[in-house]
Amino acid sequence: MNERNSEDLRIQKTAARADGPVQTSQRKNAETAAGTASAASPAPIKLELSGVQKSFGSRRRPLPVIGGVSLQVREGEFVSLIGPSGSGKSTLFHLIGGLLQPDSGEIRLDGRVINGERGHIGYMPQQPALFPWRTIEENVVLDREVNGIPRRDTLDEARRWMERAGLSGFERAYPHTLSGGMQQRAAFVRALLSPHELMCLDEPFSALDAFTRSEMQTWLLDIWEETRRSVLFVTHHIEEALLLSDTVYVLSGRPSSVLRRIEVPFPRPRREEIAETPEFLALRRELTGLMKEEQRKSRAENGGRAARG
Amino acid sequence: MSFRTTLTRWFRSAWPPFVAVLFFLALWEAAVRFFGVESWILPSPGVIAQEASRSADSLWMHTLSTLRLTLIGFVVGSAVGLLVACLLHLLPLLKSALYPLLILSQNVPTIALAPLLMIWFGFGLLPKIIVITLVCFFPVAVSAMDGFAQTDRTMLNYMRMIGAKRIQIFRKLEFPHALPSLFSGLRIAATYSVMGAVIAEWIGAQKGIGYYMILQKSAFRTDRIFAAIAIIVALSLLLFLLVTLVERLVVRGGRRGGHKEGGDPR
Ligand SMILES: Nc1ncnc2c1ncn2[C@@H]1O[C@H](COP(=O)(O)OP(=O)(O)OP(=O)(O)O)[C@@H](O)[C@H]1O
Ligand SMILES: [Mg+2]
Repeated sequence: MNERNSEDLRIQKTAARADGPVQTSQRKNAETAAGTASAASPAPIKLELSGVQKSFGSRRRPLPVIGGVSLQVREGEFVSLIGPSGSGKSTLFHLIGGLLQPDSGEIRLDGRVINGERGHIGYMPQQPALFPWRTIEENVVLDREVNGIPRRDTLDEARRWMERAGLSGFERAYPHTLSGGMQQRAAFVRALLSPHELMCLDEPFSALDAFTRSEMQTWLLDIWEETRRSVLFVTHHIEEALLLSDTVYVLSGRPSSVLRRIEVPFPRPRREEIAETPEFLALRRELTGLMKEEQRKSRAENGGRAARG
Repeated sequence: MSFRTTLTRWFRSAWPPFVAVLFFLALWEAAVRFFGVESWILPSPGVIAQEASRSADSLWMHTLSTLRLTLIGFVVGSAVGLLVACLLHLLPLLKSALYPLLILSQNVPTIALAPLLMIWFGFGLLPKIIVITLVCFFPVAVSAMDGFAQTDRTMLNYMRMIGAKRIQIFRKLEFPHALPSLFSGLRIAATYSVMGAVIAEWIGAQKGIGYYMILQKSAFRTDRIFAAIAIIVALSLLLFLLVTLVERLVVRGGRRGGHKEGGDPR
């Protein structure tokens, strides 16, 4: 199973390299077709959350954080979650990763309930969390190592991906000698090399300046369009979500639920330039309005809470 | 970082205390001469050095014996400390039962147990190693357990999310994470172990620096006692450096000397 996935990654990659423009335009046509007749033959559902709820705090004073979230990620789909800070996005990932048990609701992976089960996803945490005593290449293969794939079977592939991530020359460096952006890229490659198909990325670019961020977005777009993994991606950044995703879920403030689900209609492979199309701007305006409203509400809520006690 | 730059850097940080020690010795020499202090009360550094070189052979023999005892005791004591730390960390129930007792046990002066150990185990190597183990074990166990417990939460969550098993989390994350902390415990244990060895030799031995000191005390040979003290200091320093050297080889990624991530200003 593990082996198969890593094989897939490699095959898709070589395919994309081998017959560049022809294949890409074909894919583009296929995508446009799929976009217009969306329900023709949708990919199977990879991850499904239905009515997931989670509260923290004591029994006496529970703090409901996730108040019933339902969403889907199809195979090979890029799905973004946006929501105000503190709305429980990271918590949602912890639930999917089995670190926490939902109070109610179901989390299904490939149709099977996985509530509280660990080790089914590739994960990139909000902080890079690279191990300081491991070199970058040793860090990058950690997920595979934990899943029982020996290091020497992975290092070649790892080095190739590091090169794509602009990390060549740093294979043997320790994380503290890398810039924040490079550390995030290394953490991303680590998730990418996970033998599990679904990747959960928690605000991978949050620590970057605007310029580096947009560079990283293009980079991720390229890599994702090559590998076509199923991705669940958390961000605060509306433009980023629209640029990268097939589907965007907008979460409300605490306790969070899905406010809106938006299918992003732009064909793939995408270019940054789509950000200037009227369609994109309209979507962005809509989402910005929604988010502003939500942010205002949740601030009022929190303010009230603080005033009360 | 090359060996030479390491050496230069080390030299640069080592010369001020070195000069301070020289200055202190000079002051001592001058004071003893100026006030005409009798040699059996306080010999001057020069007299001590002369006596040390005169009885170098016997001092060397005793030093080797103490060094051997110290090293065995240090290794055994640290190993036991580390083992206990690992066990208590991996078995939380055991930890909650024993950790408070472990802390309490430090109120028992280990040294005071030494005579008892001699009665039970005779005058051989075993009771001495037990004494050293008792003094070494605690700093190692506590610093290792602290290191394990302070494992970075994000890294821990990451390992759990990707499905790492308990033993993988321990081997790949908690143990390497605790190394800098463990080594600060080992450094303390290194100095303690020399002290433990000397005290064990005071109480019952036929050779070693501790035994030598007892012998010279009854002869009022203050100069020789000072020579022995100098040797004890040197042994402590030697072990300390040894631990630091091993730490350099083992701890990676700019986290040496108690620093967490990020350190190594250049
Ligand atoms: N283990 C926990 N125990 C108690 N409360 C928690 C725990 N984890 C998260 N929370 C609370 O849950 C809420 C949501 O936290 P979470 O980190 O999921 O938000 P987020 O949407 O990821 O925010 P951000 O966008 O700032 O990263 C916060 O109010 C937080 O205090
Ligand atoms: Mg978060």
